[in-house]
Amino acid sequence: MAKATHSIDEQLAELQEETGEQHLAVTFTLNAVTQTVVLPSRTLASDAIRHHLRQTGTHVGCEHGVCGACTVLLDGKPVRSCLVLAASLEGREVTTVEGLVEPDGTLHPVQQAFIDCHGLQCGFCTPGFVTTIAAFLEENDSPTREEATDAIAGNLCRCTGYQNIRAAVLRAAEIKRERSGEFPLGEDDESSRASLDPKVRGTTNPVGGRAGRA
Amino acid sequence: MKPSPLTYHRPRSIDEACQILADVAHEGKVLAGGQSLIPLLSMRLAAPAHLVDIGSIPRLDAVSSSRELGVTFDALTTHSVLEADRGAAQVQPLIGRGLRLVAHPTIRNRGTTVGSIVHADPSAEMPAVLALLGGSVTVRSVRGVREIRSTDLFAGPLETTLEADEIATSVTVPAADPGVGTAIDEIARRHGDYALVGVAAQVRVEGGAVAEARMTYVSAGELGEVVDYTDVLRGASATDDRDPLWRNLSEFARERIDTEPDIHATARYRSQLVAALTARVGFAAAQDAVLDGAAVHASAGGR
Repeated sequence: MAKATHSIDEQLAELQEETGEQHLAVTFTLNAVTQTVVLPSRTLASDAIRHHLRQTGTHVGCEHGVCGACTVLLDGKPVRSCLVLAASLEGREVTTVEGLVEPDGTLHPVQQAFIDCHGLQCGFCTPGFVTTIAAFLEENDSPTREEATDAIAGNLCRCTGYQNIRAAVLRAAEIKRERSGEFPLGEDDESSRASLDPKVRGTTNPVGGRAGRA
Repeated sequence: MKPSPLTYHRPRSIDEACQILADVAHEGKVLAGGQSLIPLLSMRLAAPAHLVDIGSIPRLDAVSSSRELGVTFDALTTHSVLEADRGAAQVQPLIGRGLRLVAHPTIRNRGTTVGSIVHADPSAEMPAVLALLGGSVTVRSVRGVREIRSTDLFAGPLETTLEADEIATSVTVPAADPGVGTAIDEIARRHGDYALVGVAAQVRVEGGAVAEARMTYVSAGELGEVVDYTDVLRGASATDDRDPLWRNLSEFARERIDTEPDIHATARYRSQLVAALTARVGFAAAQDAVLDGAAVHASAGGR
């Protein structure tokens, strides 16, 4: 850490001297906290969030925009953080999976739905799914099964199963409706029944166990 | 999978951006949405010493559309904004139809259509759409402004005729003509991924029969090449795809379009896709022309 007497510009010049590459001070809002981070100019947003700001909820999978594990909300819209330079975040607002939790600790409807439907599976791809689905439900709060499938098509899960994740999209829509004081079952009866289907929820019981047959 | 060291620039105006690009000569690269460029930097297929991020230049994200002037969209207009633009959809429907096939919504939220076009990837949809529709790219540098017609734009895969110090500031495509239909479709391993083969078609119909037909290809043939099938297809029924001329077109396209193998598909499989998609998309464009005509008649009758 540089001495307090050093201005940011002096720090950046020193870092450039030491490392031989340009450093930048980037100021942006991460999960409602505005902060300035000093990093090499080539740093990707995904690395800035994980390594420099220690918000490790955002996972990095393929690092070239295919898998979707690193998806965060940039000014409310889902984007791949591995396809954004940290320097481009200047003045912008980023929400990661950590930032979706309410201040009192209540989980976001999508997070709760992933627990309810065992959408996490191994959990690696989950943050990308959760942020993508959270943004999707802002635009469409009562999706059909097909729309739910479409909404998650850009994210890869290597646990082989998308059934639980799709069920979580529909369940999250239910939770959202319930929390806003509406009847939890949506207009689309088929999708509501699908999200409640015990077959969908019970497909990944503990090995040899009998639990989970709700 | 990290970019190599670079100097990052954040100009606040297009003039400033042009000046930086002129100063760094051939060492600079323009960054807009970055959805194609950043993977190249991460994989170190590209390693520019200077990156000029035009992302915070104000008033560079407009979309305008009119029957007379067509559709113009600026360098920072994202795929998703252009896709949702109702004026653009009315004036030139193929833009929106093509954009719906570009990657996944998450990528479209950040990627720019102008950027995708000047990236000139032969497996991208929008360069093919621009080539088919014609139109032009407006580019700017310290030396001034010039227009590059779509026919002069593509020099090869990932290569355009833009000079090293030029920035593409907008793209204009002409409005759809009455009686001319368009369609685009592709086959991909996963919807939103790069197409194994894609086809865009523009077909003019007169009296229920095809009068003119042109097509471009994604991931097949030559980048930016517009294939004129009018001689093969003239007189084909716009309402009956069992017309033997449509089958002829399939076979002709298979012969005409070169395909390359890669990790995802053999050249022969791609060739089959070319044959099937050419007829399917061509017919869809013909039907679109008929529907378009019907809509014009209906609205005329309603007055």
